Amino acid sequence: MNKIKSLDDLRKMKQNLEHEMNIREKSNEPESLVQIRVAMATCGIASGARTVMNTLVEKIEKDKIPAVVTQGGCMGYCYAEPTIEVKVPGKDPVVFGNVDSQRAIDILEKYVVNGELLEGIIPTNYQTINEKK
Amino acid sequence: MNDLSLHIIDIIQNSLSAGAFFIRLTVDENIKEDRLKIIIEDNGKGMTQEQVAKLSDPFFTSRTTRRVGMGIPLFKQSANQGGGDLKVESTVGEGTVVTAWFQHSNIDRPPLGDVANAFLLMLSANPNHHFVLKYIYNENEYLFDSEEVKEILGDIPFNDASIIRILTDMIRENLIDLRK
Repeated sequence: MNKIKSLDDLRKMKQNLEHEMNIREKSNEPESLVQIRVAMATCGIASGARTVMNTLVEKIEKDKIPAVVTQGGCMGYCYAEPTIEVKVPGKDPVVFGNVDSQRAIDILEKYVVNGELLEGIIPTNYQTINEKK
Repeated sequence: MNDLSLHIIDIIQNSLSAGAFFIRLTVDENIKEDRLKIIIEDNGKGMTQEQVAKLSDPFFTSRTTRRVGMGIPLFKQSANQGGGDLKVESTVGEGTVVTAWFQHSNIDRPPLGDVANAFLLMLSANPNHHFVLKYIYNENEYLFDSEEVKEILGDIPFNDASIIRILTDMIRENLIDLRK
């Protein structure tokens, strides 16, 4: 593909890509997409959240997984960063801790695509140090 | 934090937490004056003078999930070790401007890192916000305005994985050209 440098190039690229995109567009109602939220506070970033986010985006593009990646703030699980929250349509959100690139790929392949549960889930009833009375 | 683009992500995250929907990132590299400046402006809820004064204290945070806030102190430390400093100007109800500057050639200045990628990740994770990147290299300038690009893309959202890659490459190419 030619290099895209200007807004004009982008306009041309859009026309070429449009029909390919249309297929994906149909499944683009937010409720039908898997939502993956990467915790991007200081603790997350310092422990590699950006690498995880890049890996997720690359894998989603490569395997055409119907998912979007968003970012969130600190959830209080600083000890387990990078953390990601995965919300599969119709299921409760699940938070995975200590995610690196390899685990991010595993989560997409096994949990998102095949629905298998994986180790390293932070239970929702876990209390952070500030919540403990 | 390994490079300055990670600090940029961190400060933009602060802007988002403050409810900003407009964020402008300016990176200004001036080799002749041996200076590197990073400015992050937002239209979030702003802070009082009292809050601004406490920012460099790592044990100050507005967050409730934990008791420390290292974002600004770490960025300031990076700026200081790179022969510069950091200042925060804020007005309640209007927004906040974070400015960090460095001596460009200082051996202790952390590398800039992948600014195009950092910016695009923030945009794609918040596709309905207005993001502007202004990159200045000596007298050359490149401007990326998410509203302009959104108009061209139409229905294709910024969080589409292919679009993220294409736009990151587009910004990277332009930043390389600035240096020519």
